[in-house]
Amino acid sequence: MALKIVKGSIDRMFDKNLQDLVRGIRNHKEDEAKYISTCIDEIKQELKQDNIAVKANAVCKLTYLQMLGYDVSWAAFNIVEVMSSSKFTYKRIGYLAASQCFHESTDVIMLTTNQIRKDLSSPNQYDTGVALTGLSCFVTPDLARDLANDIMTLMSHTKPYIRKKAVLIMYKVFLKYPESLRPAFPRLKEKLEDPDPGVQSAAVNVICELARRNPKNYLSLAPLFFKLMTSSTNNWVLIKIIKLFGALTPLEPRLGKKLIEPLTNLIHSTSAMSLLYECVNTVIAGHDVNGSPFLPPFSLALFLFLRFQLCVQKLRILIEDSDQNLKYLGLLAMSKILKTHPKSVQSHKDLILQCLDDKDESIRLRALDLLYGMVSKKNLMEIVKKLMLHVDKAEGTTYRDELLTKIIDICSQSNYQYITNFEWYISILVELTRLEGTRHGHLIASQMLDVAIRVKAIRVFAVAQMATLLDNAHLMTGNVQRKGICEVLYAAAWICGEFSEHLENPMQTLEAMLRPKVATLPGHIQAVYVQNAAKLFATLLKNQEGNTDRTAAQETSQLMIDRLPLFVQSANLEVQERASCILQLVKYIQKLQQKDVEVAEEVIALFAGELNPVAPKAQKKVPVPEGLDLDAWINEPPSESESEDEQPKAIFAKEEPKHSRARHTEVDEKELAKRREARKQEQANNPFYIKASPSSQKVYQEAPGVEHIPVVQIDLSVPLKVPGLPMSDQYVKLEEERRQKERVEKKKKEKKKRKEKRGGRGKKHDSGPESEEDITPAHMVDIVTEEMPEDKKSSKHKKKKQKREKEEKEKKKKKKHHHHHHHSDGGGEESVQNGTVEEEEPLPVSVCHQSFTEIDIQGNLQDGSQVVVSVIFENKCDNFLKTMEFNVLDSLNSKLQRPEGSGPHDGLSVPFQLPPETRSSGTLRLSVFVIVFPQNEDSSTHEKLDFKLHFTCSSYLITTPCYSDAFAKLLESGDLKCSSVRLEGVNMPFHHLLARICFHHHFSVVERIDSCASMYSRSIQGHHVCLLVKTSGQTVSIDAKCDEPTLLGNVLDEIKQTFSQC
Amino acid sequence: MIKAILIFNNHGKPRLSKFYEHYSEDTEQQIIRETFHLVSKRDENVCNFLEGGMLIGGSDYRLIYRHYATLYFVFCVDSSESELGILDLIQVFVETLDKCFENVCELDLIFHVDKVHNILAEMVMGGMVLETNMNEIITQVDSQNKMEKSEVLTG
Repeated sequence: MALKIVKGSIDRMFDKNLQDLVRGIRNHKEDEAKYISTCIDEIKQELKQDNIAVKANAVCKLTYLQMLGYDVSWAAFNIVEVMSSSKFTYKRIGYLAASQCFHESTDVIMLTTNQIRKDLSSPNQYDTGVALTGLSCFVTPDLARDLANDIMTLMSHTKPYIRKKAVLIMYKVFLKYPESLRPAFPRLKEKLEDPDPGVQSAAVNVICELARRNPKNYLSLAPLFFKLMTSSTNNWVLIKIIKLFGALTPLEPRLGKKLIEPLTNLIHSTSAMSLLYECVNTVIAGHDVNGSPFLPPFSLALFLFLRFQLCVQKLRILIEDSDQNLKYLGLLAMSKILKTHPKSVQSHKDLILQCLDDKDESIRLRALDLLYGMVSKKNLMEIVKKLMLHVDKAEGTTYRDELLTKIIDICSQSNYQYITNFEWYISILVELTRLEGTRHGHLIASQMLDVAIRVKAIRVFAVAQMATLLDNAHLMTGNVQRKGICEVLYAAAWICGEFSEHLENPMQTLEAMLRPKVATLPGHIQAVYVQNAAKLFATLLKNQEGNTDRTAAQETSQLMIDRLPLFVQSANLEVQERASCILQLVKYIQKLQQKDVEVAEEVIALFAGELNPVAPKAQKKVPVPEGLDLDAWINEPPSESESEDEQPKAIFAKEEPKHSRARHTEVDEKELAKRREARKQEQANNPFYIKASPSSQKVYQEAPGVEHIPVVQIDLSVPLKVPGLPMSDQYVKLEEERRQKERVEKKKKEKKKRKEKRGGRGKKHDSGPESEEDITPAHMVDIVTEEMPEDKKSSKHKKKKQKREKEEKEKKKKKKHHHHHHHSDGGGEESVQNGTVEEEEPLPVSVCHQSFTEIDIQGNLQDGSQVVVSVIFENKCDNFLKTMEFNVLDSLNSKLQRPEGSGPHDGLSVPFQLPPETRSSGTLRLSVFVIVFPQNEDSSTHEKLDFKLHFTCSSYLITTPCYSDAFAKLLESGDLKCSSVRLEGVNMPFHHLLARICFHHHFSVVERIDSCASMYSRSIQGHHVCLLVKTSGQTVSIDAKCDEPTLLGNVLDEIKQTFSQC
Repeated sequence: MIKAILIFNNHGKPRLSKFYEHYSEDTEQQIIRETFHLVSKRDENVCNFLEGGMLIGGSDYRLIYRHYATLYFVFCVDSSESELGILDLIQVFVETLDKCFENVCELDLIFHVDKVHNILAEMVMGGMVLETNMNEIITQVDSQNKMEKSEVLTG
């Protein structure tokens, strides 16, 4: 044995430690992977040994290898072994390894629960600390559930070091196990006022994170945070609180008003830039006077506005600062203002445009975001020109793509509101096709289609441009990197085909479309090529048949017949299908041509008909045919329980009984949204639809099999310029001239007429500066947007909901019953805190002088989940009790009903005062969600009076008379579960026994025959309970039936208890 | 919340990686590579913030970094953290390292990554800032190290 130990320690001396491993890796730069794999083999050997020191050393090395990207999950069990070492040194190594590589699906985590619990309660604070740190990284829902109580206890640990860690980890526990939030919250709130600043900061941290997810629930803490904000000197805490207020002010406008003073003080007094910035940010967030339902008095609004202006000015100073960080943050805050106050931002246009030239990409991107809000008809061309310059200069594809989407966003926003010259826009789009390696080819394509379809006047120009694009298509298809951009050809081919009458040289375009090279394009583009070649062919025939020379027409047909077979062989089904159809058609036409028959008219008829834009909502205008009920279910709706299971739990939201109902409409809305999405997709693929927001939809999809088509690579290092294409720049000049001319003309006109009426378009939008109005667009966009007045679906649902509620009410008749007395328990265990009665004045009263003697629990039939508790308060001392507060901490299953507007933890003030030696009664209402279990609402706290409310199942039963025939029917229905109980040694007359059951357990006698009686009762949630009571001598047997077995079992137990007491 | 803390050198070699959200080892390496790529191409006198890459991030996340000699310290955080605050935190982190290692250099981090982890654990826990006071951090780290030493002696 001794030999073994000696041998072990000698082995250890030769083991590599972490430093040796690192050194080894650094010395094996050439064959690092090989070296590491031998190291891993060594580690595996070490892990097999019994010596914990060797194991810990191995695990330590594994943690390092994990950082280098090696999967070490195979050693998870060994990590657990090291974690459970009694020595802190090894424990720390184990927990570190676990925090680096354990996650929710690591199965050995199950084994750690007890070890972690042991460490959490360790007398050594660092054991606990290490366990908490590790747990914060790998906590799972199971661990959270099992350890929530242990961690909650640690929140009140004597050492602040443990307290702050325990407080912080609670956030992770809440995330994984939301049920723990309710019981833990009071303690968390307490920690906001912890004497230790670290604990306080941790609590603020956790509550801020919680409030970010659901700010509404934390409004009640605002006064407390307000106090902290004015008293704390810790900048970290202050920043968090100010950020929290930023999230709360939109919900509670009055808060913004209150915050002005302390925030202004901070702005003036602090030297920390970070704090100053957050203050400014929150003032901005709070400044939403127009949007809030609560309008402050005018003077206050003015004050707020001035304060806001001050902050915007401060932002300007930030942006002008030489410190790039401040510049960035200033722009970031500006983008927040942009949403609510675009005008305030517009006044800083110069500055923002300047930032576009910044050498820092982060700052340029931020400035780009802001540009969206500052374009106008006047400056659009100028801004876009600037952006185009950046596009040429940009090195990274991400930044260039960002620029591209921004250009398109800016130009197309609100139905091309700011575009005055669409020729310019088309040429911008064409210029953008020169971009290499962009992912946004489809975006450009959809813009081209949209503009060509909706702006009729531009078609001649657009067709000419597209024809040139098609002619130079080889420039786009040559390079694999440029695959994204070839989507543009889809649009080009379609525009040339559809509006072929505007083509100058259709024959050339037709030839361009039928080049063999086209076969290298993705399938969906080829399909459009083939189809539009047919359209072009039709136009050509018509032109050529007018001539005397028929050979031209025949040559065109021959061209088609020569070229189309290439597409007939395509691997893409759609291309193949369209090509073979058209090929046969052309062959037939050729036959007719040889017989000198005029065919052009008939061929043209194939593609006749003008395209009309269709509004996205036009479908709604189609009347629903008679007898078709769109809301009716086609199949049986899924059962309610199922759909509820699928619903994810609303984390941290107050659970209210209403929720279950509201959810159903949500499900339907989701379904609706899904269908809407599907329809949108369908429309997006249909070029005849005008899309609501062309940028957001992916129009085309990559066809499969493209990779198999051989692609000839052309390496072009020079930026491509498509010959023969106009430059957008020239339009800037032209536009300037046009506007000049217009202005002159307008002045002339204005002299004649004072007022000039313009087409409806421009006036619909409130354009920026007044001078905007003077610029008339050169082309008009068709805007078709008509809406139906209301969404029918949602109103239907409302009706259904109301109906359901009514039905439920009808089921339950109004009746109250009164029963059960229970005396209050003084003091309970410390750990279960539930309810408190607070006496505020006079304070030095010994608590036991006051008591509430009787508690009366009544079910309320009007609402199946409400229970009324009457409490009698008696003042046994000599002092006058002025104010009392009554509070029950909500448990998972029950909740005190509080007046509207009060927070979830506020107590109810008792509406009377108690003179000495008097008693008075008060009522409180509790919501109970599940009634089948008896519950204890108990309490015990510090200087407060503790009490316990005992809710028996019987208190949920309501005496309901029942006729014997109805009773028989109920028993026969077979829905009820059976159970029975036998009582021995009951020494009382049978009618006393029945009376006792009736009194204590709220039953009514249905029928009584000799020593046998049937009884009935109903719960507040409508469960039927039937009893058959028989007696023989001192034995009483009770057979019972109920549709809720748990409830039944508990009621029987309670009956048994009643009789065991006598 | 802090999503990840990365330290790597001028060549992109990781010196410490701490993810407060689970990723597979491969993804972690990709994130480190991508972050290095994003951060290293930036000039010296530009701002310390940038949008996250494709793998880590999303619109709410931001990379906040500082460059010290041969090392980059990168924090990936969401909008609940103050940008300037995190910059200060990085400074506190580096100063703490400097005190604990006495004139810290890259080699200290290379050979003692476990110690760096232990120091970090006293500052950030589960993605939330635990302590920002340097003296408090050093006190806790020191007394834990003392405990380790006493165990070596007794064991």
